[in-house]
Amino acid sequence: MIMFKQAPTIWQQIRVYLIVVVVIALVILAFDAAAQVGVRYIHQERSLYRNIVVTEDSSRRCMRFTITSRIGQNQSCRYLDRPVELVFPYAKMTLSSLLVQDNPERILIVGLGGGTLPDTYNRLFPNAEILISEIDDAVFRVARDYFGFEETDKIRVDVGDARVFIKRAGLRGEQYDLVILDAFNGEYIPEHLMTVEFLEEVKKLLPPDGMVVANTFSTSRLFAAESNTYFEVFDEIYSIRLPNTGNRVVVASMQPLPDQDTLADRAPAFQERLAQFGMDITEFPRYMSTEVTWDADERILTDQYSPANLLNN
Amino acid sequence: MNIKINTTFQTTLVMVLAFIAGFIIMAIELLGGRILAPYFGSSIYVWGSIITVFMLSLSIGYLMGGKLSLLNPNLKIYGGFFAGAALLLLPLILWSNELMEFLFLQIEDPRYGSLVVSMMLFFLPTAVMGMIAPYSVRLMVQSTHGSGHVAGKLYFVSTLGSALGTLATSFYLVLWFTVNQILFTMVATLLCAGIAAIMAGVKSADADAS
Repeated sequence: MIMFKQAPTIWQQIRVYLIVVVVIALVILAFDAAAQVGVRYIHQERSLYRNIVVTEDSSRRCMRFTITSRIGQNQSCRYLDRPVELVFPYAKMTLSSLLVQDNPERILIVGLGGGTLPDTYNRLFPNAEILISEIDDAVFRVARDYFGFEETDKIRVDVGDARVFIKRAGLRGEQYDLVILDAFNGEYIPEHLMTVEFLEEVKKLLPPDGMVVANTFSTSRLFAAESNTYFEVFDEIYSIRLPNTGNRVVVASMQPLPDQDTLADRAPAFQERLAQFGMDITEFPRYMSTEVTWDADERILTDQYSPANLLNN
Repeated sequence: MNIKINTTFQTTLVMVLAFIAGFIIMAIELLGGRILAPYFGSSIYVWGSIITVFMLSLSIGYLMGGKLSLLNPNLKIYGGFFAGAALLLLPLILWSNELMEFLFLQIEDPRYGSLVVSMMLFFLPTAVMGMIAPYSVRLMVQSTHGSGHVAGKLYFVSTLGSALGTLATSFYLVLWFTVNQILFTMVATLLCAGIAAIMAGVKSADADAS
């Protein structure tokens, strides 16, 4: 006959839970401390929209929008000794969209961050006019004071909401060959910048050979919802997704998209120009795909239905 | 005897309806941010405009509702507030895009643009919904003693409604429905609440007459 041991009392259960919670907390703190070793705080401020923290370790300077540091939350980083080289895979993926459409003359970038993308495109296309829409004046100042970003006669910043800017730009009949959407960080998504109506307004800014490149999500239900939203507005999209990254870059064009082989054929011509940014462009075409790898039934996002942050949980 | 049962019923009805009004006020305030964002963005001043207009219209609604409760307070007028608020919400659903399109072109500065739009879309329905709270107190005081206690209970249910309206809308409703589906449901709910109050009012008037 089997004898059951007496069931643990409620207090014993609570004690076990407490021990587990304390151990988990200590592990998290230890990881956090390990991640912080050698990290210096250069600047910290609270803007209207977020906290902005600038940190530096032995190799790079970074901007992030959260007080606590967890790996992967930096918005923008630059290597101290190689400022031109791109740190983040998503920035390289963005740049690889040049295989689809080259030589933009007017570029609109939504979201400034540390100014990495404007500086990179300016270096590649010194004659192109680059306009950046950034909601937070403080991010602009921090980019200027700590990341060497500068407004020039070719690079201008408009401080304000991108949706408002793009609507007005459309009314003025402005055109941009390349529109880069980089306003989404992992913490919070401006939901009015991820709807069919918004993309229609972006599309209005594109000339017949224009292209949109968006840094987006690759996990959660939002991945599917967002992909379907792009498909609602554009006939086809490229998804660029390097292995081991949480980002996916979407490319949509007013022209039919060239196939993967064409991209691979074009890549060698770019190799030398893009090497300075720390990337081998010939590696990229194999990660660029028009395949639908998400749930095509997930509801599209509109101004009427845009719970992007809830879908991202 | 008949009248006593009737007054308990009236108190319960008023509390339920005040809860509904509280729920809907905050649900609409939250959706206001959604509605304005495509034209004015979601910057802090857009929320500033919306909250300013809601506070302003509620304050005026309280004042007017209190004043109206002096003359022959009854459930029929009370129901009229709900029905009126429902009708005044219709422009928000039917014409808000056209209005915002127009004002977007007229006003460059999104601060004043969002303030003017909020005023035009939210002022009237919210002011009418604001009239409900003081009028509810009056309807309940008629049937119970201790006006402070009554006011406390009324604030409790209506503010609890507001808390739940905020939570339900921001956590779940926007995940399940479109903005207009939620608004139409609110309008329908207000209309039903209004009809219920008017019917109860007619009944109690008949009872008084007999």
